Amino acid sequence: MSTPTTSFGREAASAIARSKNEPSWLVAWREQAGEWAATLELPKPEKTPIQRWTLNVQGVHRPGKTVAALAELPQAIASMLDAQGDGAVIVQHNSSVVYTRLPEDLKAKGVVLASLEEAARTHEELIRAHLMTAYARDEHKLAAMHGALWNGGVFLYVPRGVEIEAPVQAILFADDAEATFVPHILVIAEANSRVSFVENVSSALGDTDITLLHNGAVEVFAKAGAHVQYAAVHHMDSSAIDISYRRAVLDNDGRVEWLIGDMHEGNTLSDTKTILKGNGSTSDAKIISVGTGQQRMSVTTGAVHIGRSSESDMVTRAVMKDEATAIINGVTKIEKGATKANGQQTERVLMLSPKARGDANPILLIDEDDVKAGHAASVGQVNAEQVYYLMSRGISRAEAERLIIYGFLDPVVSEIPLEVVREQLQRILERKLG
Amino acid sequence: MSSMFEIRGLKSAIEGKEILKGFDLKIGAGEVHAIMGPNGTGKSTLASSIMGHPKYEVTEGEVLLEGENVLEMDVDERARAGLFLAMQYPSEITGVTNADFLRSAINARRGEGNEISLIKFVRLMEGKMKELEMNPEFMHRYLNEGFSGGEKKRNEILQMMMLEPKLVILDEIDSGLDIDALKIVAAGVNAMRSAERSFLIITHYQRLLNYIKPDYVHVMMQGRIVKSGGPELAERLEAEGYDWVKEELGIVDETVGQA
Repeated sequence: MSTPTTSFGREAASAIARSKNEPSWLVAWREQAGEWAATLELPKPEKTPIQRWTLNVQGVHRPGKTVAALAELPQAIASMLDAQGDGAVIVQHNSSVVYTRLPEDLKAKGVVLASLEEAARTHEELIRAHLMTAYARDEHKLAAMHGALWNGGVFLYVPRGVEIEAPVQAILFADDAEATFVPHILVIAEANSRVSFVENVSSALGDTDITLLHNGAVEVFAKAGAHVQYAAVHHMDSSAIDISYRRAVLDNDGRVEWLIGDMHEGNTLSDTKTILKGNGSTSDAKIISVGTGQQRMSVTTGAVHIGRSSESDMVTRAVMKDEATAIINGVTKIEKGATKANGQQTERVLMLSPKARGDANPILLIDEDDVKAGHAASVGQVNAEQVYYLMSRGISRAEAERLIIYGFLDPVVSEIPLEVVREQLQRILERKLG
Repeated sequence: MSSMFEIRGLKSAIEGKEILKGFDLKIGAGEVHAIMGPNGTGKSTLASSIMGHPKYEVTEGEVLLEGENVLEMDVDERARAGLFLAMQYPSEITGVTNADFLRSAINARRGEGNEISLIKFVRLMEGKMKELEMNPEFMHRYLNEGFSGGEKKRNEILQMMMLEPKLVILDEIDSGLDIDALKIVAAGVNAMRSAERSFLIITHYQRLLNYIKPDYVHVMMQGRIVKSGGPELAERLEAEGYDWVKEELGIVDETVGQA
């Protein structure tokens, strides 16, 4: 079966939704997205000509095989799970969710963990009130395509006051380059709840000249006083494209912590933004990335301050090797009325090869006087003074540079909440950094 | 008998400007030498040139450690041969913990297959930190990041104690230390004194030498040693300053390479 690549629009979106027997509200919602997909322009990330990327890919519906037990999952997926763990887990394989485990005690407290497709039937009201309200279907063509095509997906609902101790893990895995692989992750943390979520996106595509498009999105809603930690490690084959839009919306005193490892081997468009709507809401975003080969990456962090005394901190650190290019953007926006807001950002790029390229673009947009905002940006090589210092204690040059480069990325690596994911990230780093 | 450490005719430049103009010094095993001098006379250049700082270019001379010319070695080889420089401005390195750093340094000396066990290492580090009255949390802090001036100096001495070098150079280790910290640092240094280990102490003030008694004191001006003596020389410098030395030697401007 060949992949339709042209004339995607309302009708195509409708046909896919109907073929999956989706509820009528969702069919109509998808049709609208399909219509926008046909007319809207691609986003225009700074200095990254994504119109040259193979983005006009819809893929075909290739559901994975649903399994009843972890042991039945493909080895590539099982290796990313903690064999001894008994926390909440959800797995998407290609176009569908194939496994979900939610401990009984969490179920009893009213926690919901399900595929978003299932939740669209069982929790229509909640889904309709939140889905693609932070990342709107009409933001641009990729958002509209995401709206029309999202499949599998994750819905995590944490009721008021519930604290989930063990991190919830989501594995999103593709081994079929022709599959539609468009997961949407929706996290709703009700007032004063607490949850830590860890997501892996990976692939095993083998030798293929077909482009797998991961057109993914994450929406986190932290209601009053809720704390959400969201960690993600993305690492797919170089033939895949990683599009990842992440959004968090915070109510009063809500908090989100992003810990993102953008380790993909191919072209990457990563955009992580927090809307600090509520007074006293806080956001902390830490992103690391390693570029190798001829990768092109656009990595953007954003914070929009609406609430008074809201605070955001964003740090992006990228290591660029070979001929890789990374454009690192940070956008802090403070709206009128967000008095006593504090927005800080840092972008650092470490260049390990003369042909690698890295740009850091800090942007502050401030419409209120009574605020604090700051930025720091640097693009450079491994610091010669630091190498000298380590060598002066007997450490070889190669080892000194290795320590400095890994150290540069450590502020994210060491904070990944699940050991199995932290170790996986370490292995990826070792492979990418050589 | 050859000296444990010897500097012969050392000339060194930074950004094309010659700072050391033929520096000579012999240090015997177990000896403590102090180099004193006003600012801008080349004291720190001497320390950095011996260790091999990339900004300094040695143009002439030899630096022999147990007869081996360290100037022919890379910086890490110099360290493994037994040189140690406690730096005036140690680097801060994000993401590398003090413990990881020191373990790498110790293992680099011990070589592959002979690495120190984690337990042994932790005990050693905890013990030395206690001697220096350092908060145990500094073990897992990123290297020098957010350390105060005094904490950095203590951390340098900690490294010296753990790496057990043969020739220790202390570059202005007393600057930025209050009297209590100075006493602790000096006690750490004194505990390391032995018949096999020698020290070269670079300082601006005599104060440090009240706590670490030198065998020899040298005055540095214009990029070379202009006067040498025993501990009494340091006391006279403290009491009378450097002007009498300049007068005695007919030196008008003691500095070197200043714009």
